[in-house]
Amino acid sequence: MRSWTLVKVAWQSILKNTMRTLLTMLGIIIGVGAVIVMVAVGQGAQLRIRQQIENLGTNMIVLTAGASAQGGVSQGAQSFNRLTTDNVDTLRRESTLLSAISPVVVAPTQAIGGAGNWRTVVNGISTDYAIIRDWTTTSGSFFDVADQRSARKVAVLGATVAKNLFPDQDPVGEEIQLRDVPFKIIGVLASKGQTAGGSDQDDVVLAPYTTVQSRLAGRKFIPQILASTATPDDIAAAQEEIRAIMREAHRLASWEEDDFTVRNQTDLAETAQGTTEVMTALLAAIASISLLVGGIGIMNIMLVSVTERTREIGIRLAVGAHGSDVMTQFLVESTVMSLLGGAIGIAVGFAGARLLGHFTGWSTAVSPPIVLLALAFSASVGIFFGFYPARKAAGLNPIEALRYE
Amino acid sequence: MNDTPVIRTQGIVKVYSLGATEVHALRGIDLTMVQGEFVAVMGASGSGKSTLMNILGCLDVPTEGTYDLDGERVNGLDRNALANIRNRKIGFVFQGFNLLARTSAVENVELPLLYDRSGKKTATRKLALEALDRVGLADRAHHMPNELSGGQQQRVAIARGLVTRPALLLADEPTGNLDTRTSIEILALFQELNAQGITIVLVTHERDISTYTKRIVELRDGRVTRDMPVAERGAAREDLKSLALDEEAV
Repeated sequence: MRSWTLVKVAWQSILKNTMRTLLTMLGIIIGVGAVIVMVAVGQGAQLRIRQQIENLGTNMIVLTAGASAQGGVSQGAQSFNRLTTDNVDTLRRESTLLSAISPVVVAPTQAIGGAGNWRTVVNGISTDYAIIRDWTTTSGSFFDVADQRSARKVAVLGATVAKNLFPDQDPVGEEIQLRDVPFKIIGVLASKGQTAGGSDQDDVVLAPYTTVQSRLAGRKFIPQILASTATPDDIAAAQEEIRAIMREAHRLASWEEDDFTVRNQTDLAETAQGTTEVMTALLAAIASISLLVGGIGIMNIMLVSVTERTREIGIRLAVGAHGSDVMTQFLVESTVMSLLGGAIGIAVGFAGARLLGHFTGWSTAVSPPIVLLALAFSASVGIFFGFYPARKAAGLNPIEALRYE
Repeated sequence: MNDTPVIRTQGIVKVYSLGATEVHALRGIDLTMVQGEFVAVMGASGSGKSTLMNILGCLDVPTEGTYDLDGERVNGLDRNALANIRNRKIGFVFQGFNLLARTSAVENVELPLLYDRSGKKTATRKLALEALDRVGLADRAHHMPNELSGGQQQRVAIARGLVTRPALLLADEPTGNLDTRTSIEILALFQELNAQGITIVLVTHERDISTYTKRIVELRDGRVTRDMPVAERGAAREDLKSLALDEEAV
């Protein structure tokens, strides 16, 4: 029997039992659709996290204090803070790879001004901070080197702070009190949204670190130094350079461990990526179970179909069909059915991912490899679960099959 | 015409084992049928006629004895070889018509050609339409079986039996599900086909039916008890006419 005829016979049989075929395919449709939607959600999440991490800043290196060990007991990050603004100057002076560097002095503050007051964080930073974080202002401007050198009381508001304290006006030129110290607002930052961790990056006030240290924080040590390189390729070398400079600055002996931690965006990104990959795999695994159940549904229907069509099989065998012809016919039938279900499932998955994205605001991304995988998987489901019923059909005795009522 | 017998069996024995007991369905059948014969195989139920029919139709193999169909030794062949023989040399007509449901008449007739392995019968649709024309159903080619009367369905089945131009047309109680008038119509068709040279073996338990054939073989308890030509052969066409007159008179 020619292969084309086989497909035709299978197709006719599928068409002749539209309702049964649809119900059988439903399992595969839901299975494939679910896999595609789930993977789309997972990959959408990955994409979003990557974007958010890039949003933190380009080619950014984070130097944090701590990670000291005293008597073999690690105290964790920032447990032993020896980072100072002098270190920042040393790094700026000695580094060849860093294109920008800024301390981050943190001072949680009740900000008062405009419409009322707002609990926020003042970050004392240098002018390089805007470059490192790739951050611009929507109104006014950043402070300049002169402001920084003279420790002027100027502040740039994050979008959230600006919105809460000055809901209906441009705050530039207004005054804000940070720990009872009046600051002049010179700019409002563009919104950056949430971090991957969910904290609001716009709930912040930026001011020159010189001012924050002398007026607000009153401490010598700073929790964090941010730096960036000109190109991503320099990041690894720059990290090593920072380590060497810092070890020398802190006069660490060769047997002593670092009393600081150097990380970059890639590390953060990889961690986040890893988490979402696990999530995606988990979602896909759960959805695959429904595909498996769909496959069992196909087997079930094919078994019923073989019994129901015993006479037909008998007729085919009587007029000269080989067992292999009958077997192939049923295999083709189950495969066509599951492939068709898979194709519809892909369409349903696409639409489902789109709808889900529309209603929940999650970003979803349907990737072509997953579509191919789903299609291949549904075809193999058809062959695998169609095999047993097909073999059963092929092994029928023509005499008994013809007599079957 | 050639001299090779269409059917030639020698000492066919069929034993079924049902657990410990053995059932001797056939106890030595010697039969020879030449081309152009029209034979009725008769017998009560349990006489072994169904078993003989299955063996003649290559659906089953004898326990002992030899069977040559159209010059080919059939016993000892495997499942697939038997399927090929059935496809090439035998046309089946069953009591229950056995047409594929929801499949048009012409597609049903085409079916054996789809399993043809000689590669010669490629114009399947054309051959199927020709076969339908031979049984007088050319105008019903695209009807589904449930849109056809019993007699028409049986004609489609006969066309399916003829489409491969087999050496033998094997009809198993072909009129069992039909009323008298339709039965005679079908027999008229058989007689016409036989007149064209087609060898027909008809299995039946109705004596009326057997009178339209040329030769009657009677079986009892797995043995041939009678094998003789039909003395007064009925002409189905004529009987149909008189039947029609009777109906008018009533």
